[in-house]
Amino acid sequence: MVLRLTDVAVARGGVPVLGAVTFELEPGRALVLRGPNGSGKTTLLRAIAGLQPVLSGRIEGAEDTVAYAGHADGLKAMLSVAENLQFWAAVYGRREIDAALETYALAPLADRLAGTLSAGQKRRAGLARLMVTDRPIWVLDEPTVSLDIAAVGMFADAVRAHLDGGGMALLATHIDLGIEAQVLDITGMRAAPDALHGASDEAFL
Amino acid sequence: MIALLIRDLRLALRAGGGFGLGLAFFLILTVLVPFSVGPQSALLSSIAPGILWLGSLLACLLSLDRLLALDFEDGTLDVLATAPLPLEAALAVKALAHWITTGLPLVLAAPFLGILLNLPPQGFVWLVASLLLGTPALSIIGTFGAALTEGIKRGGLLMSLLVLPLYVPTLIFGAEAARRGAVGMAIETPLLLLAGISLGSIALLPFAAAAALRMTIR
Amino acid sequence: MSLWEYANPVKFLALSARVQPFAWAAAAIGIAVGLGWGFFATPDDFRQGSTVKIIYIHVPSAWIAINAWIMMLVASLIWLVRRHHVSALAARAAAPVGLVMTVIGLLTGAIWGQPMWGTWWAWDPRLTSFLILFLFYLGYIALWEAVEDPDTAADLTSVLCLVGSVFALLSRYAVLFWSQGLHQGATLSLDKEENISDVFWVPLVISISGFTLLFIALVLYRTGTEIALRRARALSARRDASA
Repeated sequence: MVLRLTDVAVARGGVPVLGAVTFELEPGRALVLRGPNGSGKTTLLRAIAGLQPVLSGRIEGAEDTVAYAGHADGLKAMLSVAENLQFWAAVYGRREIDAALETYALAPLADRLAGTLSAGQKRRAGLARLMVTDRPIWVLDEPTVSLDIAAVGMFADAVRAHLDGGGMALLATHIDLGIEAQVLDITGMRAAPDALHGASDEAFL
Repeated sequence: MIALLIRDLRLALRAGGGFGLGLAFFLILTVLVPFSVGPQSALLSSIAPGILWLGSLLACLLSLDRLLALDFEDGTLDVLATAPLPLEAALAVKALAHWITTGLPLVLAAPFLGILLNLPPQGFVWLVASLLLGTPALSIIGTFGAALTEGIKRGGLLMSLLVLPLYVPTLIFGAEAARRGAVGMAIETPLLLLAGISLGSIALLPFAAAAALRMTIR
Repeated sequence: MSLWEYANPVKFLALSARVQPFAWAAAAIGIAVGLGWGFFATPDDFRQGSTVKIIYIHVPSAWIAINAWIMMLVASLIWLVRRHHVSALAARAAAPVGLVMTVIGLLTGAIWGQPMWGTWWAWDPRLTSFLILFLFYLGYIALWEAVEDPDTAADLTSVLCLVGSVFALLSRYAVLFWSQGLHQGATLSLDKEENISDVFWVPLVISISGFTLLFIALVLYRTGTEIALRRARALSARRDASA
């Protein structure tokens, strides 16, 4: 079970933003993507999660193995934290949510409506969702936004436990989590022009 | 799938879920009709099946923009699209939840509003039967329209423009069945055709809706 | 040498530039001859008098209104299956032409119907079907305008065109059923094919051919415009990316 990207290029709004991305992620390992705003981190992560097509190149090992957490938490304001997590657990064919509540110190908040939580608490609930999916590859886009130091620690612990259990993690983040991880700086990565036949506008040039 | 259904029903029933809004709209529309055409009971009873069908259709349409928009805003759709549940099934379930929270109450309320409009006694059964067969088609066609216009700013009006023409055959057969029932004519043909549209839509449109949604969320 | 080579915008434009003058000229000749012959050189109908002559505009525009949609359906399918941009843009280019032809068909029909049937409008199956087709054109064009990303817009409108075609066909049969149900035996419809004699038939066919050529010329021209727009967009995107 390896996640392998070969010469991947992606586009945002028909414009190629990132190309020639090649890396391999093995069980138990984490990879951190670095790059300035607009360099294509989110677009690449969405492509790996299968939410958008790649222009060229291959993504292997991402089929039905990815749990994706983007900028939004996927929480329903009118459901309690426990109900939100139970729903996602059921979608992924599981029942157990206690471990996830425990890891993110959400047990006292379990019966609160998600809409009444603070931004950091919501984020914790959103990250707890990853633990109930039972999927090996976590794809995380800026996971630590609005988390305080203690919560970042909880998150780092959760990722470490996931890696120890043979999981993988792919993160776009700027802060140091204290996790042993490869770092891939995608700044300036561009595809060769002939690799961009799929780009919507290339046909018109 | 059941979890998604239960979640959608629960959300609809909780505060701010919008349950009952469509029903209230249906009621108000029906009350306004006599004000606009006059109180003659003969006239009202002849247009009652059509008005009740049109009212149900508009009430359905009104609640469609919430069907996917809320899930789109809070990121749920992104997660659903990567979940083991096929998007086709997820959309079919969401359409079912929409029907249970919007279509079914309309079906149940229609006979009472029929009384307000002097619907002939023999028309009640066929009004309910035609709505029961037709409203599922309204929900699933609406889901397709919602998927097409998801992510478009101020897409609500555009969705009406796209969905209403698609509603034409359902409305024609449904209202025709109800009308024939009210005047005591044979209703088998329109009722069967209506059922055919519903079944065909339920079988095929989830695929079209999922294809459209994959295009809009990327 | 395959037909698909013209899916390349540059090759398409080159071919289109060569074909267009002939298409425009032939369309002008066809319409001029068809209408001139029809208006001035055919006898008045024994029942309808000279009002029948509107047929030389009415029938060709209705013909284009339907076939433009069928062309859009084919182009949409080609886009969905083979991802040729020219195909999607041709569908986009054809829609307003089809819309205008639908409106012309409805208006000329109303003008014809007024003296013949004594009413501008009747809920006759054929009339109603065209009105519904008009609504489908409106929705299709509105969706193109509303979506910002051009490829997503092409995808979504193609899906709408596919599903819309099925429902337009359903509506056609629903309307037939509904209208017969209301008026026992549609007294207002005229069976054109049975009534028409050769004197009217020849100029009508010429006029239809002229309109078809006009449609082809318009779609070629408008597709060229759409390609130019996309090219400008692509160039400015490239400039922004390198800046």
